[in-house]
Amino acid sequence: MEAYKKHQSIAALMRRSNVDTDQIIPKQFLKKVERSGFGKHLFHDWRFNEDGSDNSEFELNNPKFKGAKILVVGDNFGCGSSREHAPWAIEDYGFNTIISTSYADIFYNNCFKNSILPIVATKKQLVSLMDEVAANEGVSFTVDLENQELITPAGNGFKFDVDAFRKDNLIKGLDDIGLTLEQTDYIDQYEEKHKQSFPWLWT
Amino acid sequence: MKKTMYEKIWDSHFVVEATGQAPLLYVDRHLMHEVTSPQAFEGLRIANRKVRNPHSILATMDHCVPTKNRDLPIADPIAKKQIETMADNCQENGLNLYDMKNPNNGVIHIVVPEHGFVHPGMIVVCGDSHTATHGAFGALAFGIGTSEVEHVMATQTLPQKKSKNLLIQIDGELSKYATAKDIALAITGKIGTAGGTGFVIEYAGEAITKLSMEGRMTLCNMAIEAGARAGLVAPDQKTFDYLEGREFAPKGDNWNKALTYWKSLPSDEGAKFDAIITLDAADIEPQVTWGTSPEQVTGITNIIPAPEDFDDEIKRQACKDALKYMGLTAHTKITDIPVDLVFIGSCTNGRIEDFRIAADIAKGTKVADNVTAIAVPGSYHVKKQAEEEGLDKIFLDAGWEWRDPGCSMCLAMNGDELTVGQRSASTSNRNFEGRQGKGGRTHLVSPAMAAAAATAGHFVDIRNL
Repeated sequence: MEAYKKHQSIAALMRRSNVDTDQIIPKQFLKKVERSGFGKHLFHDWRFNEDGSDNSEFELNNPKFKGAKILVVGDNFGCGSSREHAPWAIEDYGFNTIISTSYADIFYNNCFKNSILPIVATKKQLVSLMDEVAANEGVSFTVDLENQELITPAGNGFKFDVDAFRKDNLIKGLDDIGLTLEQTDYIDQYEEKHKQSFPWLWT
Repeated sequence: MKKTMYEKIWDSHFVVEATGQAPLLYVDRHLMHEVTSPQAFEGLRIANRKVRNPHSILATMDHCVPTKNRDLPIADPIAKKQIETMADNCQENGLNLYDMKNPNNGVIHIVVPEHGFVHPGMIVVCGDSHTATHGAFGALAFGIGTSEVEHVMATQTLPQKKSKNLLIQIDGELSKYATAKDIALAITGKIGTAGGTGFVIEYAGEAITKLSMEGRMTLCNMAIEAGARAGLVAPDQKTFDYLEGREFAPKGDNWNKALTYWKSLPSDEGAKFDAIITLDAADIEPQVTWGTSPEQVTGITNIIPAPEDFDDEIKRQACKDALKYMGLTAHTKITDIPVDLVFIGSCTNGRIEDFRIAADIAKGTKVADNVTAIAVPGSYHVKKQAEEEGLDKIFLDAGWEWRDPGCSMCLAMNGDELTVGQRSASTSNRNFEGRQGKGGRTHLVSPAMAAAAATAGHFVDIRNL
């Protein structure tokens, strides 16, 4: 996994809440057996017209958000299906940071497996950020994960919370599976006990 | 210390908490389908890792499979490749797969209980948000992403953060034709699709214990629609009776040992929950969603709300957007909404009980002109059982299509889908924009409500039939 570094990037804005993973990556793109190449399908049904041209009314097609790595979006982002294709598409499109008041549980977990930092803001903080992005051309925020701080030109930044284990993995770009495999002795011991306690699961 | 059922399951699956890392929990059962697993197998191959416990895995093919003309090759080459990849991966790793031709094939969350593969007290995962279904057995069951699918295959564990515990207490008696589906929708309407975020829900109360196992599965299935990590119902005699004799259920002396353990699982009297919500079952009328989120739902006797009916600005905007997408006018009576297509099936409502109640309503009627009605059993076993009871004939005589099993129109990956502007009454779980086909408009209902809508051509209050 790619390590997450401190960066200053353009912030894009979607004033929508309850954006579900069916919108992030519609089902017709879930048949692939590969993990890459989903960025071109991100928000497909909103982003493109019937004839395949860009839908100029869709937020991310606004030229001022070109090259954005930060997505500012309404409550409960990523609800619905568990499909990891959603963060794959977000990451492949170019985002590495999302800012919202809340995320659906599975989506939130999936972000950390894909070098994406989902920042949780308060309602008030989010509204200030949204207004700042809306009022300016190509506004850039700085994300400093090490110090858990978001910095914005208008001073709407804040310190954010993030689980220490997940933060560490993001910064170091660590593979969770490798870390768990270091605990194999404990897993073996647990499994021996499990066989004694629940013999019916092992016959 | 008094513990909730969730805490008991957590404690019994705790492996280790290494310094600076999240607690590792042991996973008993791993369920799989073709859509969320191929990249996980690929990851294992690249890292040269093996599946740790192949016997903990049960796999099926459900999302992309056709529900008719199953003997013909799959027309969509990308879907065909995904199906073939699943078969290859399962063979390579020695996994138990119910492929498309297998008499045990069906939707993963229908098939797994049919074979008694999930038991009370287990931790169960699947790369599928509706894994919550298996909470009906008192198992902690939740959806995971593909990276986690790979993690569980390689290590049989997952790093986890402890959730909070929400008790939803539902006492009183459901009115006739108000079902588990209506409870699930009413809860989502009450607490919203983010209302359960960060929680594991335990459903309790007279109305819950009275539900059949099928009903409890429907209820827990939609815990995710309220944002919860999982839903749980305490195991009781109904649970044990359901499991006894099934293929993967404990046998002989092990059955008695298991039973003793299972009986120790329900939350202790007086155990502390982080939040409690109570509902009176008698207040729950048959539900219909009117918008593009499962929380946009109301009772059959109501009208569609207007944006100005909401105080919250975001909800107001969401209502406006939903009405536009759904092609509906505020303050229309729910019973005045016409339907073009009716779908009964999915991991939410594709079980035998669902087809029995729908057939009971459809019997001797005809599907309305201009309405297409399709019944898609959740598995070949459900299909066979229904046919033995003559339910297929009732549907066919009424003008319904009777299909082979699969996820079908729940997420429209297999070619069964709505066209732009078409409106469905659907027994599935999500009414998101485009979920059943781009531009399609979905109204979520129970099987009984769906069957009644097929005959009338619009929603009706089944209690008045």
